[in-house]
Amino acid sequence: MIRALVLGLSLSLAALSARAAEITDFTLPNGLQVVVIEDDRAPVVVHMLWYRVGAADEAPGESGLAHFLEHLMFKGTDTLAPGEFSATVAANGGSDNAFTSWDYTAYFQRVASDRLGLMMQMEADRMKNLRLTQDDVDTERDVVIEERNQRTDSNPGARFAEQRRAVQFLNHPYRRPIIGWRHEIDALSKDAALAFYEKYYAPNNAILVVAGDVTADQVRALAEQHYGPLVPSDRIAPRVRPVEPPQIAPRRVSYADARVAQPYVVRTYLAPQRRPGDQTQAAALTLLAELLGGDSATSVMGRKLQFETGEAIYAGAFYDGSALDPSTFGVTVVPAEGVTLEAAEAAMDRVLAEFLEEGIDDAAFERLKFQVRAAQVYALDDMQGLARRYGEGLTTGLTVADIEAWPGVLQAVTKDQVMEAARSVLNMDTSVTGWLMTEDAQAGVGQ
Amino acid sequence: MIRVLTVLAALVALALPARAEVQIEEVVSPGGIRAWLVQEPSIPFVALELRFRGGTSLDPADKRGATYLMTGLLEEGAGAMDAQAFAQAREGLAASLEFDAFEDEVSVSARFLTENRDAGVDLLRAALVEPRFDADAVERVRAQVIAGIRSDAQNPGRVAGAAFDAAMFGDHPYGAPRQGTEASVAALTRDDLLAAKDRVLVRDRVVVGAVGDITPEALGLMLDRLLGDLPQSGGGDVPPAPHLLTGGLTVVDFTTPQAVAIFGHRGIRQEDPDFFAAFLVDHILGGAGFESRLMQEVREKRGLTYGIGTSLVSLDRGELVMGQVATANGRMAETVEVLRAEWARIGEQGVTAEELDRAKTFITGAYPLRFDGNARIASILVGMQLSGLPIDYIATRNDRINAVTLEEANRVARELYRPEDLHILIVGQPAGLESAPAN
Repeated sequence: MIRALVLGLSLSLAALSARAAEITDFTLPNGLQVVVIEDDRAPVVVHMLWYRVGAADEAPGESGLAHFLEHLMFKGTDTLAPGEFSATVAANGGSDNAFTSWDYTAYFQRVASDRLGLMMQMEADRMKNLRLTQDDVDTERDVVIEERNQRTDSNPGARFAEQRRAVQFLNHPYRRPIIGWRHEIDALSKDAALAFYEKYYAPNNAILVVAGDVTADQVRALAEQHYGPLVPSDRIAPRVRPVEPPQIAPRRVSYADARVAQPYVVRTYLAPQRRPGDQTQAAALTLLAELLGGDSATSVMGRKLQFETGEAIYAGAFYDGSALDPSTFGVTVVPAEGVTLEAAEAAMDRVLAEFLEEGIDDAAFERLKFQVRAAQVYALDDMQGLARRYGEGLTTGLTVADIEAWPGVLQAVTKDQVMEAARSVLNMDTSVTGWLMTEDAQAGVGQ
Repeated sequence: MIRVLTVLAALVALALPARAEVQIEEVVSPGGIRAWLVQEPSIPFVALELRFRGGTSLDPADKRGATYLMTGLLEEGAGAMDAQAFAQAREGLAASLEFDAFEDEVSVSARFLTENRDAGVDLLRAALVEPRFDADAVERVRAQVIAGIRSDAQNPGRVAGAAFDAAMFGDHPYGAPRQGTEASVAALTRDDLLAAKDRVLVRDRVVVGAVGDITPEALGLMLDRLLGDLPQSGGGDVPPAPHLLTGGLTVVDFTTPQAVAIFGHRGIRQEDPDFFAAFLVDHILGGAGFESRLMQEVREKRGLTYGIGTSLVSLDRGELVMGQVATANGRMAETVEVLRAEWARIGEQGVTAEELDRAKTFITGAYPLRFDGNARIASILVGMQLSGLPIDYIATRNDRINAVTLEEANRVARELYRPEDLHILIVGQPAGLESAPAN
């Protein structure tokens, strides 16, 4: 199996938690929620601070602001010079970084566990005391433009995905790229960044996740010392974003680019996300993605299109239910040489129709359930991954109880529930079908 | 979105983590197969890492890509199982088996649950000892490999890497892509795959690391079962690589908004007594994080790029000091100017005592942080063995870093960074730059 072809689609089965790890959660009086994952196998700790704000919380016209602010958060405070945060982490043998999504912005450091207090001190400091100069803002905007060049504009698949997403969501801000549209990045200002910072960066809008060689009591004492004095904001409003209207028409996107070596067809459908206390449908979709298009040699799409007819060199399905608002379920087919995109799409439709007709193979379902169980064992070997799951879950509207219930919810899903979820989600009216094409092919297929 | 891309996949063995608490024991199986083991019974699985020395460099000149395609076919049918039966068996055990082929090694990474470990080992044994290379599987995976080669040809970073390797190493295997070319892969036969397997999947090429819920006795029996039926030896020696590229600048025309540059020259071998000093100096120039001179000068001060980094690449038969940067076509000339100035500055003036101290603090402090997972530790164990490091290396490694003096570091900096030899290869349409030898 060649992994380069996987098109960056991730397997969401791994999004499991495991209660076998020692997990404690509590909330400070100022509203900061804290999760501690204890693992003493190595003298290491991962310190993550997650904010409940991301690209989907930006105002129209300011796409990219959440991510831009993430970059600017390394530019210094009253007591730290620009760059000194990362320099201090490095001087303590650690590494640090940050990431932004539609629903969250997170900052993290990996350090020796006896440096945890210092990390908290600096992270708490920049929650309140960020200082920006115009020069720093202008230089960093150039860096972000180069980041966009590198990640998006140099990659036809990424440009294609950006266009499809903008069409998938008619009204919800998930339609915007996290990094921002180029012309809007150009216009992001220092004042806008600071206003966003003032509005959203507060202890009662944040989640602290600490994983590694520490005890819950140690984390509690350090968190009270460093984060405890921060004053909560009275401006944190419920996260209500514009809601999608009924989607009543299938949409199509075709994008041709001279740099495309391998055309493919991909379709996404609007899909429900994991909801607090109500994760069954998302669990069914998670299993559906595996059954339809997980492993190439055993999934329905891989078996039929790669093995039986040979129409595809890759066929797969993908779903990630970790989102505050409804997300997407997707299927893709990379056609074999000589197979047109039109034929590939027809083959994809045929296999989906057959699946709805034929249902789920018992043995395949049983194997999948066993893998779900095993994933809980393997998850214990990856504390940073586990920390990430808590941060992501809690910033996308779930509770600790939901996150801990998830493996059980997955395990309890029945074949009927998977089929019901499939019939519900595979609805052309909510779909976007995309063709990524070479420039030569475009001439041949018209639109 | 991650704020910094890992600019280069570092092959540097010094990045090998280490921590005093890790108890490595050497295990010799009843059949004579050696392995390094760390017992970690707290989670009921074992991570097993195998590396077969030689890798894709064992491919003959007219069979480039044979080892890579062979490796991709190991899980596509073995023994009595065709590809689908094999995949079903793996899923039924929830075992994880990953195979890959690199310039110097074929790697096998496996995880087995304790509750069905013997069955998992039998499955991996079938893949290594009795792969079928069925005709339909060969064609299916061949098409995937060729699709990957075509995609790489459209990716400026990959184009730059391949062009740099070809110019640096010429006809040596390091000069060719490990996947082969579209033509060479198209011509490979089943016999070529069998021959590739017999060259590399042999007992005297394998090193083994195991971490997890297993005893030395059980590991020994497992290794005999897993590897005992492989041939004892095969393949030939890979000759030392020539380092052909001389100083200058090459532009490969490519339509893209952002040009990619790969730059470097011959480096230093990992066995060299000066390697630790070189590693520290390289970290100061372009190592991981935001603190390096190049990140500060190119990104933080001028906003020219999202990321720039360097590393010491120590292959079995060649060695480079090299780096990568991407920037808009209109800003590449300025980036190159800064890069050349920094390359010359560190070569001529070396580093400061303060920089050296900071680098030591980071490198020695980061050293225990990577021991945080069974699979990671297993990978470290094979890395140490491949580099010929002693089993007690971990305990002395930080002392060796700390022992590097400023004089040593600056002598090595002078020897290592030679601006007249620096070659910068750019893929894109950089304004104001064209191919030229060094002046």
